[in-house]
Parts: sequence; C-alpha cells; structure tokens
Amino acid sequence: MIETVLHTKNINKYFNNPVPFHVLKDINLSVKKGEFASIMGKSGCGKSTLLYILSTMDRDYEGELYINGDLITGQDGDTLSRIRNEHIGFVFQFHYLLSEFTVLENVILPAKKLAQKTHQEITHDGMEKLKMLNIGHLANKKASRVSGGEKQRIAIARALINNPTLIMGDEPTGNLDSYNADNVLDIFRQLSDEQGLSLLIVTHDTDFAAKTDRIITMSDGEIISSSI
Amino acid sequence: MTNWPVILSIAKTHLVSKRKQTITAGLGVTFGIGAYITLVCFMTGLNGMLDSLILDQTPHIHIFNEIEPSQVQPLEQKFKDAFTQIHSIRPKQRKKNIHNAFPLIQNLTNNTDVMAALPQVSTQVFYISGAIELGGNLTGILPNEEVTYFNFDKYIVSGTAEALENIPNSILLGAGIAEKMSLTIGDRIQIRTASGQVQPLKIIGIFQSGIADIDNVFSYSNLQTVQQLLGEPQSYVTDINVKLFDIEKAVSLSRKLEQEHNLKAIDIKTANAQFETGTTIRNLITYSVSITLLIVAGFGIYNILNMLIYEKMNDIAILKATGFSGKDVQYIFMSQAILIGVFGGVFGLLLGFLLSMGIDNTPFETEALPTITTYPVNHNPVFYIIGIVFALLATFFAGYLPARKARKIDPVQIIRGQ
Repeated sequence: MIETVLHTKNINKYFNNPVPFHVLKDINLSVKKGEFASIMGKSGCGKSTLLYILSTMDRDYEGELYINGDLITGQDGDTLSRIRNEHIGFVFQFHYLLSEFTVLENVILPAKKLAQKTHQEITHDGMEKLKMLNIGHLANKKASRVSGGEKQRIAIARALINNPTLIMGDEPTGNLDSYNADNVLDIFRQLSDEQGLSLLIVTHDTDFAAKTDRIITMSDGEIISSSI
Repeated sequence: MTNWPVILSIAKTHLVSKRKQTITAGLGVTFGIGAYITLVCFMTGLNGMLDSLILDQTPHIHIFNEIEPSQVQPLEQKFKDAFTQIHSIRPKQRKKNIHNAFPLIQNLTNNTDVMAALPQVSTQVFYISGAIELGGNLTGILPNEEVTYFNFDKYIVSGTAEALENIPNSILLGAGIAEKMSLTIGDRIQIRTASGQVQPLKIIGIFQSGIADIDNVFSYSNLQTVQQLLGEPQSYVTDINVKLFDIEKAVSLSRKLEQEHNLKAIDIKTANAQFETGTTIRNLITYSVSITLLIVAGFGIYNILNMLIYEKMNDIAILKATGFSGKDVQYIFMSQAILIGVFGGVFGLLLGFLLSMGIDNTPFETEALPTITTYPVNHNPVFYIIGIVFALLATFFAGYLPARKARKIDPVQIIRGQ
C-alpha cells in the first residue's frame, strides 16, 4: 500500500468580509508519497485558499487535515511552525527571498531554524542543493542581485533544504518566461521521479499541469475532478 | 524552543543592511543618554557644591545660651491660684556661656549618633587698625577639629588652620574685613572687646566663604586666645557645634538637648528649611528634563522599528512560511531594538562621560566661591548605571509594540496580497 502524506476530511472555509462567502465546500483530498499533483481552476475558485490551508499557515477553517497521518487541525501556532519547517517546502509565485541575505543564507535559513545538524553540515547541504539545481556559483551573491529564474531555483533549493515530505507551490512558474518555467517544471519532475518527493502545485498553466501525475480541477470551491 | 543564534544573525543582518536607519536610531539613544549623563552629573555637581557651601560648614545642631526672660516669675510661684500681672519683665543679667559646657561635650561625644561636638567662644568685638574701627564678631575655635569635621580649611584663601592652632594670639580674618582695612597676612590688628580690653593679634590667614555678610563681620582665633581676651576661665564656652553621623536625627536630638539641659538647640533642618526646598526642586527639574530626553529617544526607536517592520512585511511572511514561529519573528525585532539600545546606550555613556569631563575642566572662577576653579561635576557611577538601564528599558518597550505587531502578521495575507 502506498503511504498517504497529505489527507483532508470535509474541509470548509468561509470568508465573512465583505459579505459571507462559502469559499471551500467539503474538500476531501489526499496526496500519496512520491506523487506529483497539480491543482487547476479558474481565478477565485479557491485553489490558493485551499493550498494555504493545506500548508498549515491558514488555521481558520472547518474540517480535518492530516499530514503523514497525524491530525494537524487544532494544533497551536508553534507546533504548526515546526511542522512547516520540518515537513513542508514552499515555492511561491514571487520567489520571496530575503533580499539582504546571500543566496546560500537564504537556502540554509530553514535548516538553521530546525537546528538538527551542525552549521557545517547545513552549509554543505545548502551547497549540494544549489549545485543540484546548477546555481552553485551564485552561493555568495546577495539575493537581490540574481535574475528571476535563478531566484525561483533558489527558492526551490530552500524548499528542499530540510528534506521535506511535501513540496507545495503557488503558481511557481506564473512569473517566469517559458524557458525558465520549463526549467522549473523539469526540476520538479526530476525531484518526483528520482527522489520520490511528493509535490502539490497550484497552477494556471495547462501545459505545466499536463506533465504532472495527477490534475485536481476545482470550480467554485469544489473539486470537480481528480484525474490520474 | 528558541534558536537564538539564528534569530540574532537575522537581526544583525537587518541592522547592518539598513545602516543609516540603525545609526539614526542608535544616535537617538546616544544623545538621549549622553545628555542625561551630562545633565545629571553637572546638576548634581552644582547641587552638591551649593549644599556644601552651606551645609558642610553648618553644624547639624547648634547649642547656645539664649538671652531670654525667665518663663516663670517668682510672684507666680508664690501665688499659684491667683491672677498675677507683671509689667516690664527684663531678662536677668547673666553670663552668655553654657553652664558645665565640657561635661556636656563629653556626654555628647559618648553618644553613638554624634560624630563630634566642638566648643566655641563667640564674642562681639571691634577691629581696630589705624584710624578705622569696625564692629564684628570674633569666634574662638579648636582649629584642627574644625578642619576635620566642618571643612574649615575649604574657605581659607591664604594661610593655614594649623598656624591658627600653633601660633599664640593669632587671628584668621574675613576677606571683607581684610580688604576694608587694607590688611594682609603678617600684619597686626587690634581687637577691642565689649568690656574695653584691647589686644593686638597677628593675622595668619584670610578666609572667604563667598557670603559677604560673613566675610565682612567674622573672624576666627583659637579658643584659648578668645577666652583670655575676655578674661574668662578655660571652661567658658558660648556655643557647641554638633555634627552627627546621620543628619536625619538632628531634629529629635536637638529637642532632647533643649529639654534636658535648659539650653537653646537649633537643628540644621530648622535653620536651613528653605535651602532644602531649593535642593529638592533643583533635583526635580534635573530628573524631569532627563526623563523627557530619554522618552524622546525611546519614541525615535519606536518610530524607526515601526517603519522597519512595514518594510520587512515580505521577510516576515517568508520567515513564517518557512517555519519561523510568531515568537521567533517577535524576538528578531525585539533583539534589534535591544541591540540598538545597547550600542546607543554605551556610546551615550561615553558621550556623557566626555562631555562631563569637558565641563569638569572648564574654568569657573567667581568671587563668591574662592576654592572652586572649574565647574563642579558629580561623577557618580550610579548615574551611568541608571543611564544604561534606562536605555535598555526604553528600547525594550519601544521595540516591544512593533515586534508584537510583527508576531501577529498573517503570512497568507501578505503572500496573497502581492
């Protein structure tokens, strides 16, 4: 039996501002280990909202969320921070690096927070991840001095630093040109195939989604198809 | 679990990369603390000088024999139940000395609260030099003891107190008298007592207290010389000056002395009540100005950290998304505030020290204060401790509010709002 890394039970979410609005309706979803899944749907269908709930950052919802079989719903903020730190890697649309730090510092910051390895090991790991993504030469540059495509690869390296269970992306290619977008997709594909990482990516891009293992399509706050 | 090395390294990077802002915030603290140290050292130095001007020389209790009519007249004693009325009551002619003065001094010296009890003989005299005659007051003292307990030598501008002790028939003249009579050290001056006795005394020194009423009237000689001048025995003492270990006990002890010995005893608090009020008010002004300075510095830090947090919204969101808890983020900003406080505060102490050293070495010469050559500064380490503690407290609170805001920032809103 294949392990399930992420699993939800009847997740519902409401926005009350400016008018009461039922954003997510009874979301039941699971992501298996090693699976590369994408979530698609029109703007405003709730796919990003769902992703932030799955990421544990948004705690204001009804229903139950399990990561690695453990119930996450209702845990306190510090515990959730640790879970994010240890089990979830993030890639956003707008790279979101700390611009005053060097590339390497950006990558190893989550590992320093986790503090399970020595500083030397962490630095070594960081360099390994950068080299794996062919950006080893950027390590000591300031994060504000690298190009957009490079930034996104740095963000992926950062997401990988603690060897997470699951990588989540919110339109990670949305802000990139097609060359860099393909590049990022290839990296994800490779991580999934070679390292057995689970990925859950929200995207608009049908070409991108077509290359994933599974497309979860959402509409008006509901999952309408979950094809494989 | 808080990972301090990581938090501090992030705080450090923020501070270093925003160097101008950091320096501005730090300078706010530096100037606040520096001004506080300078002000408080200078003001308390001045206060101390003014206090010592009056208080060092003033006995804590002054015991003397007041001329006053008897409280109870013989007639009233005889007819206790009757209504009596006596017109034109006058005090009895009697000596001005304190009866049994030396046993009383011995008794006071044995009291554990008393540091010293010194006898004096005070008398009205005329100073005569050539054709000039001036009225004045000659006091016989024990010069060495007066120096030890009442800083008597502080206002001697020429000559020494030892000379007064060692040279017989010598006098220490007030500067005002010396100037009026054109006399200097080594000259002789004639002294005539109320009873008509004339005695030449050798001037061995000049004193200047800075208070014209004293310098124009008073002069000092040793106890024996004055007793001989008056033709009185060695037991003749008109005043006893008492110095206590604790000035606060002056009031109660002086009351006790009055009751037990039927003498007049004035304590320093009663004698200098308005002076103490002045000191209190000066201290109040010093502290209110200092605290204002420090609060202004605190608001500077608050402002800059607030701005910093708005600028760092994205960083805060990303830190939270990658596993830093709200508490971690709060600590990052708090440690920035406290780092600013520590560095700003230490430089402030240094600035304050340099400024007050500068003031301490600025010449300050005034006719009124002959022994003072530079502005008085009180280099009390306590002020430096208060300064650095306040710097840390102010920056802590100035950092606390913005940092708590940073803690509560919802990363989802920032990330989605982009």
